[in-house]
Amino acid sequence: MSAARLTIDINGHALEVAEGISVAAAIAILGLPFRRSVGGQWRAPLCGMGVCFECRVRIDGLAQQRACMTIVRAGMQVCTDD
Amino acid sequence: MTERYDIAVVGAGPAGLAAALAAATHGARVALIDAQAHAGGQVWRKDVAHGWPRRAQAAITQALHHPHVTWLAQTQVVHADPHSLLLESAVGAQRIDYAALVLANGARELLLPFPGWTLPGVTGAGALQALAKQGWPLQGRRVVIAGSGPLLLAAAATARRHGAHVLGIYEQADAANVQRFARSLWRWPQKAMQAALLRGQLAGIPYRCGSVVRTAHGDSALRAVTVESARGSERLDCDQLAVGYGLVPNTELAQSLGCRLRQQGVHASVEVDAMQRSSVAHIYAAGEQCGIGGRDSAWLEGSIAGHAAAGAPAAASLLRQQRHARAFAQALETHFALQPRVRTLAQPDTLICRCEDISLQALDGYSDARSAKLATRCGMGACQGRICGAALAELGRFPRSGTRPPLFPARLASLGDNLSDNHRESSV
Repeated sequence: MSAARLTIDINGHALEVAEGISVAAAIAILGLPFRRSVGGQWRAPLCGMGVCFECRVRIDGLAQQRACMTIVRAGMQVCTDD
Repeated sequence: MTERYDIAVVGAGPAGLAAALAAATHGARVALIDAQAHAGGQVWRKDVAHGWPRRAQAAITQALHHPHVTWLAQTQVVHADPHSLLLESAVGAQRIDYAALVLANGARELLLPFPGWTLPGVTGAGALQALAKQGWPLQGRRVVIAGSGPLLLAAAATARRHGAHVLGIYEQADAANVQRFARSLWRWPQKAMQAALLRGQLAGIPYRCGSVVRTAHGDSALRAVTVESARGSERLDCDQLAVGYGLVPNTELAQSLGCRLRQQGVHASVEVDAMQRSSVAHIYAAGEQCGIGGRDSAWLEGSIAGHAAAGAPAAASLLRQQRHARAFAQALETHFALQPRVRTLAQPDTLICRCEDISLQALDGYSDARSAKLATRCGMGACQGRICGAALAELGRFPRSGTRPPLFPARLASLGDNLSDNHRESSV
């Protein structure tokens, strides 16, 4: 099954991805960590199903969105912690 | 305006889908609510590369296209009152009213702390499956699967189908128990078939019983793991570790509605009768949150709950099948019981609460979740203690404290505009 492609923006870089994948997958394709913990450690998804909140990123200006539960949309702006 | 439904079903996995379908056949107007974008729950999660399993596809199509079913995807229940739910989605908050409620919230993974478990690259076992099905890149990556239960085999099969190089499956239960489990499978022919299919898909991947991952190594991301087994200690270089120790019922919504829970070991599940009625009138519960039983019992219990919620008795054959499916849960629990050493993996400086970065030693001296939370912030973060609470209960520290609204972190606007009637009256 070859899916259609679309382009999103992650931390200012354009990324072409398959339609239907999660924002979490798109961030992982770039090999980026997702957020810094309160103690400053890098974190990435743990539970994959919206429970642990380790995959929180900013999506289209809205903070604290769970990347594992969000499907990519063309033109979407994603910011991980920097 | 508040929408009114005869029956609200929370969760669109096998239990919720079956409940919605059963209720709809009696002409009931049903709202089917799920926080995820697609129906199917975890066990029937849509794979972007491979679609849904055939049986799931049929059930989902039937339920979502039923004229009496309204499908509310990417919708989170943030608060529940008797006969009313406060829902949040991307477009904002809404309230819906219901005459009867079916809770089908499923389960989450039991994720136990060990040194290095906070490193990027370490996920749950079911978690890796869920991530991979949504496009998480695994092509050519070296993956270690560990923890306990048949879910590990399914996770390994999914990882391999997505191009991963699965280095091994490390099961904590000893070989004798796993063999006893395998020998008991003839009683559930469908499960036996599934197991045979998985064996084929997993050909060539080492399956080691009586082994645990002691440590995940890496600086800012996972580089290697140390596995301990009867053969001794072994270090494996890898890119991804998927480790899950079983499942824990999601009881938060039921608890917030006052439904009676029962303790099963150190974790709670929702208490129901043979018709899936909870202790609260007009509230039913089905599937994993009533105790971990798997897909088949979830589907059957969902059907029973859906019929009952619509005021129709469930067929005796359904009840009989459900009892048989539940017996499988018992076999799972017995043969994959956690070995004591799994509870000793966390070291004094291992972080337990990942939201607030609280170590195990920081919790020494506290005997209940509330005082630990007040003094250390443990359990106060975004996951609301869902991860650390289950872990601390399993580690024998203390059970998770009770649920408080909102059920999930919610936008202020969702709460502000939609106070429940009770709260509104008391604040005027």
